[in-house]
Amino acid sequence: MSKRSRDQILSRLHSADRSIASPSAAPCSLTFKTLGRDEKIDRLKGLMEAVRTEVHVVGSQNWIEPLKVVLQKREIKTLLYAPQAPIGDTLKNHWPAEADSEGLPQLVPYQGPLENFKDQLFHMDAAVTSTRGGIAETGAIILWPDENEPRLMSLVPPIHIAVLEVEKIYNTFSEAIETENWPDKMPTNVVLISGPSKTADIELTLAFGVHGPKELVVFIVRSN
Amino acid sequence: MPNEAGFNFRRNVSRALKDKQLRKNFKLAMENFILKRKQIFSDEDETEQLRAIGCAIKVRALTRLPNLLEQLEKKCTHNGIQVHWAETTSQANQHVLNIMNAHRATRLVKGKSMVSEEMELNEFLQKNGIEAIETDLGEFIIQLNGEKPSHIIVPAIHKNKAQIAQIFHEKISGTPYTEDVETLNAIARKTLRRKFFEAQVGLSGVNFAVAETGTLCLVENEGNGRMCTTLPPVHIAVMGLEKVVEKLADLPPLLRLLTGSATGQLITTYVNMITSPRKEGEKDGPLEVHLIILDNGRSKIMADPQLRQTLQCIRCGTCLNHCPVYTRIGGHAYGFVYPGPIGKILNPQVEGLRKAGVLATASSLCEACAEVCPVKIPIPRLLRRLRNESYSNDSFCTVKECGCQQNLIDSLAWKGWELINTHPRIHAVGRKITGVLAARIPPLGPLKQWTRCRTLPQFAAKSLHQLVEEQGVENE
Repeated sequence: MSKRSRDQILSRLHSADRSIASPSAAPCSLTFKTLGRDEKIDRLKGLMEAVRTEVHVVGSQNWIEPLKVVLQKREIKTLLYAPQAPIGDTLKNHWPAEADSEGLPQLVPYQGPLENFKDQLFHMDAAVTSTRGGIAETGAIILWPDENEPRLMSLVPPIHIAVLEVEKIYNTFSEAIETENWPDKMPTNVVLISGPSKTADIELTLAFGVHGPKELVVFIVRSN
Repeated sequence: MPNEAGFNFRRNVSRALKDKQLRKNFKLAMENFILKRKQIFSDEDETEQLRAIGCAIKVRALTRLPNLLEQLEKKCTHNGIQVHWAETTSQANQHVLNIMNAHRATRLVKGKSMVSEEMELNEFLQKNGIEAIETDLGEFIIQLNGEKPSHIIVPAIHKNKAQIAQIFHEKISGTPYTEDVETLNAIARKTLRRKFFEAQVGLSGVNFAVAETGTLCLVENEGNGRMCTTLPPVHIAVMGLEKVVEKLADLPPLLRLLTGSATGQLITTYVNMITSPRKEGEKDGPLEVHLIILDNGRSKIMADPQLRQTLQCIRCGTCLNHCPVYTRIGGHAYGFVYPGPIGKILNPQVEGLRKAGVLATASSLCEACAEVCPVKIPIPRLLRRLRNESYSNDSFCTVKECGCQQNLIDSLAWKGWELINTHPRIHAVGRKITGVLAARIPPLGPLKQWTRCRTLPQFAAKSLHQLVEEQGVENE
């Protein structure tokens, strides 16, 4: 069924195709002012905060302490993390053995595959992930999940915490695609995230946390 | 895109116009959308530039459509995505059912997809013993109430919170009546989390399919789309064949246009790009990804260079928001899956002029839709084309059932008009008769209908010609 349909559809399209001229030259893409480092931070922070993301700008390697505060404040009991991810070691090495006594959550590694971990995943209080980069123009973080840092970490737990290095903030989405040559290395999944899950389907009233995380916390880490 | 049984546009319209609640709901919502779009596209020059880019990208993609579809198929297949082609909606439904059956699956969760509405997939699956649950909040609400979407972006916009509170109270067991939006959301979240957890297959639409990399791009705010495409072991994506674009670099401007036009956002909460099923070593994501490419009349539309512009549409819904007709009658009155201006040009081409040609008459040709369309589809021009084709079957006509409105009285009337206007003497006699008789024509038949809300123009006793002859012309 599919093969015959395919051939018929394509043959109709090919015969239509010949009757038209080639399109006029496309206008060049929109220009966006190249921003300085601090301007990029400000724009990204401002835009993401406007859609209720909590953004902290912190010094190099210094995100662990503010992270602890964020977690303590919310009385988080379980924090999902990816031990092999770039931030996994830092997290492990700086986590107290007696986390409980400091009012800190227990670190829970994502033990895959999903089929064996699903129940546990749905009971996590929060998850912390790294990011591939950020986009200043629209205010978003780029997640590039892989075998070390699975996709559902940023989706199922009610709180998502992401760590973004300041050098990786691009001016625009186009710049990220171009600079990193995405066409040659698209992974299984890439996600741009600008805030916590939201909806306005009831009388256009904005409400947060409808299916994905109810809260998004981003640590922008400055280098030395 | 089948319509309701016994579709009667005129009856639907007058019913909608009398529904005060419905008109209030739509008026508030559409005004809000217009305002939000204006705020996000505040720089007029930049917006025009962006629209020109969006239009050029879609025109380029359509020009190379068969090649891009072949490239998309090749890339997807290489990435491990299984591609299926469907000429009709029933073939597309059958593909979904076959995949479900192959996995002995009976539970499906759905992200928002207008193509699946076009397919009437839920009804089809239900008949085949499969539970298909809409998970977008708006779609979930109307599915509970057994309704169709009334807007392509906000499907439950015709309902206010009191009505939604009642639906939840009646249809979800153990739910007390509450109009608190946060609480209603929490109820939906809890109910649907269970469904996500248990689902065997997830189904989604596609906003843009990138031929260069074989990537499916989906935008959303809620996260239900990501749930449907990540959690169940099988993901099925359905797309109309016009959704393909050439390269990844085309995405940024198209996304800006789509989200800005649709909801006045700079970016949605999630932009989800899927390029393959779960790879070896990866811990989650579906083990199988299927892409169903649907034609359903689109390849025929491609054959006509003017009408082809219909396929540039990126389904942002902004033409609905800005349409004075849509705002007053809402989406259901149109009787087809795609309402508003885009529906008025798309449905008649797919369904034929006999069944859907009447939709093209519901426009004052005010041009609002053309002014805001992010990919510059000249909707009013296409509406005129469809109106003309309803009454003509000349050789240049290409739309299904062209000339279906032709009738003897009409043809005779136009023949007479032609005769009078090409013969000065007959014209002069006719003019005199009209001058005397026109004022005495009783408003009967079609004239009665026409004068119901219009004043019959008064014919002058003397024509302009006569007046000029008698009085001469000053300042000649």
